Amino acid sequence: MSGATDTYLTIDNVSKIFGPRLTMGERIVRGAMRKPPPPSLTAVSRVSLTLAKGQTLGLVGESGCGKSTLGRVIAGIYAPSSGAVTVDGQKVMEDGRKITTAVQTVFQDPFASLDPRMKVGDAVAEGPIAHGIVSRAESRAHVEKWFSRVGLDPTLAGRYPHQFSGGQRQRIAIARALAMNPKLLICDEPVASLDVSIQAQVINLFLELRRELNLTCVFISHDLSVVRHVSDRVAVMYLGRIVELGETRQVFTRPTHPYTAALLDSVPRIAAEGEVLMEVKPISGEIPSPLNPPPGCHFTPRCPRATAECSARIPPLRSIAPGQSAACHHAEAQMAEPERAEV
Amino acid sequence: MTAVLEVRDLRTEFFTAAGTVRAVNDVSFSLDEGEIIGLVGESGSGKSVTGFSLLGLIDAPGRITGGSVRLNGSELVGMSRGELRRRRGREIAMIFQDPIATLNPLLTIGQQMGLALSAHERLSPKATEDRCTEALERVGIPSARARLKSYPHEFSGGMRQRVAIAIALLHRPKVIVADEPTTALDVSIQAQIVTEMKMLAREFGVAMIWISHDLAVVSGIASRILVMYAGRIVETGTAAEVLRNPIHPYTRGLLDSMPHATRPGEMLRQIPGSMPSMLSLPPGCAFAPRCPRADAACTAVPELVQQGGRSWRCVHPLTQPDHEGATA
Ligand SMILES: Nc1ncnc2c1ncn2[C@@H]1O[C@H](COP(=O)(O)OP(=O)(O)O)[C@@H](O)[C@H]1O
Ligand SMILES: Nc1ncnc2c1ncn2[C@@H]1O[C@H](COP(=O)(O)OP(=O)(O)O)[C@@H](O)[C@H]1O
Ligand code: SF4
Ligand code: SF4
Ligand SMILES: [Mg+2]
Ligand SMILES: [Mg+2]
Repeated sequence: MSGATDTYLTIDNVSKIFGPRLTMGERIVRGAMRKPPPPSLTAVSRVSLTLAKGQTLGLVGESGCGKSTLGRVIAGIYAPSSGAVTVDGQKVMEDGRKITTAVQTVFQDPFASLDPRMKVGDAVAEGPIAHGIVSRAESRAHVEKWFSRVGLDPTLAGRYPHQFSGGQRQRIAIARALAMNPKLLICDEPVASLDVSIQAQVINLFLELRRELNLTCVFISHDLSVVRHVSDRVAVMYLGRIVELGETRQVFTRPTHPYTAALLDSVPRIAAEGEVLMEVKPISGEIPSPLNPPPGCHFTPRCPRATAECSARIPPLRSIAPGQSAACHHAEAQMAEPERAEV
Repeated sequence: MTAVLEVRDLRTEFFTAAGTVRAVNDVSFSLDEGEIIGLVGESGSGKSVTGFSLLGLIDAPGRITGGSVRLNGSELVGMSRGELRRRRGREIAMIFQDPIATLNPLLTIGQQMGLALSAHERLSPKATEDRCTEALERVGIPSARARLKSYPHEFSGGMRQRVAIAIALLHRPKVIVADEPTTALDVSIQAQIVTEMKMLAREFGVAMIWISHDLAVVSGIASRILVMYAGRIVETGTAAEVLRNPIHPYTRGLLDSMPHATRPGEMLRQIPGSMPSMLSLPPGCAFAPRCPRADAACTAVPELVQQGGRSWRCVHPLTQPDHEGATA
């Protein structure tokens, strides 16, 4: 796991700022009235990290913290507002255009990402043909190969998305991404809308393909137990910033950021033996608006450890223990807490 | 303990063009005063239809086709719509996954709560405002009196769910059916609401049926668990017993397939296949096509066995409780 030194994915000081969501009419009216532009939203703020080949990075945090936006920047779907992403030494984007097929994405809702009027086999063949990975003549065999690899009967390639169950559609989405021969796979909540028993099937498929293809992965999920299971390293996000980054077991058993600890406390869990039923300990308050985040450390209003320093100064992401960093002024105190059971 | 709700052999069917959907099939359970039970199962297993049936909220093409639901001793099945409406809200109330679907976007929260109150009580405007304010305060909504003038979209998802809970509690019903009330919320908000609901249930002496697809969430709030599969309750018991010693192979399969049951990075112990369509259930035990213990004995629908505070529908149970309810 550690010891792998060849950096494969580099995210260098990436930010993504969204302009205000305005209709054309609103824009014109505001312009005519000389109103100041409404505030823009920093969805991802100065994120830097690296990932070695064959590793999986888990990206966790509550909704709106910027997981999908960061995933899309890495995948070259969004251009970063500043900073850059390189995969295997190659830039993912140049002049606002994606210039590589080495990064592919699997989204949460395959129904939304599959064209309802296109046969699923054609959906899988489309990308590889367009990018010259296979010729039109070879595409049929290519589709059959990937259908089999994701556990789908290749004779179903002529059907439409609505003829499949949620779990099968997610297999199709995985086949479509892998048919592009990616080196880096971004999975954005790939099992979130699936039932528990189907979730396990899709996670197993992911584990199997990842090993066989030696894929490097970014796995986004709000489900901490799923992330614990599939990732080597994990990044915890809060309001656009990475607040903790480290080796998964360490982060989950000995968090060094109070938000990570609080998040772990919020998860209802069944202990491995089914013995202990943990009582959840809720975090107080709600996530503040990203349009107007609290100054200093964004977690200050909800943090049980907050001091005056916390709202005065943004805590930088710094190394707290070998293989583990946190963005917190009081990370050492958090780390001194007793080790906790795994989720 | 006295039962506030007794459900016997409840059967709800939908008569669709494609055929008859047996959404709820011979469901029996009882709920004691102040008790919280969890109803778990995968999507499509019949949890919501069970919940709707308890409130008499089944519309065409669906119908309750059999069984009995007794609330505080009165039979709800066959009761007139008017009578049912009089009891809904006052004796039994429901909370849904997405409160935006039940809140009217055009009315302020205060107006909606006022309407809900006036359905069963006559109060002066001042008394109405006081009651609504108090109800919102109890569910942890800050500056409650001022928020009465807000519209649903001005609340966060968590706050909206709190409003729905406040409305459900307005008439201090005996029973609340909560259908996936935290599924759409973030874990931190889920943890807050689960904790508050537990407290409110105790304070009000309200009994609750907490419906969820998530065994872990349910085990955090319910003292007893009902596991549902393809329209039938296949196992019941105290939360601790069901998690520690599941009797039904489906429950065992669910627990085993969760990530925590396997060492990180290793293949999960998945249940093969998927739940059958309710339009074409296999004969006999509906879990048979996925069950590692299935054999010829499973081709008849397994009888409900009750023993030591637990019950199950399986001819090859994994363990059997003794008469005190302890399992080997
Ligand atoms: N296209 C967009 N335009 C404007 N704001 C956006 C856009 N996409 C996401 N956001 C905002 O950016 C923030 C991060 O969103 P997202 O990356 O989707 O979070 P997550 O995936 O963690 O739930 C949110 O506040 C969201 O509303
Ligand atoms: N209005 C309806 N018409 C036809 N079938 C329905 C209707 N409502 C629910 N069903 C069917 O009843 C079954 C149980 O559904 P539901 O109770 O919603 O499941 P759950 O809440 O466990 O996900 C499903 O097969 C569903 O398709
Ligand atoms: S910097 Fe301060 S407020 Fe932020 S997480 Fe650390 S202790 Fe809490
Ligand atoms: S009755 Fe048979 S098929 Fe059904 S759960 Fe029990 S052993 Fe499995
Ligand atoms: Mg997202
Ligand atoms: Mg439901």
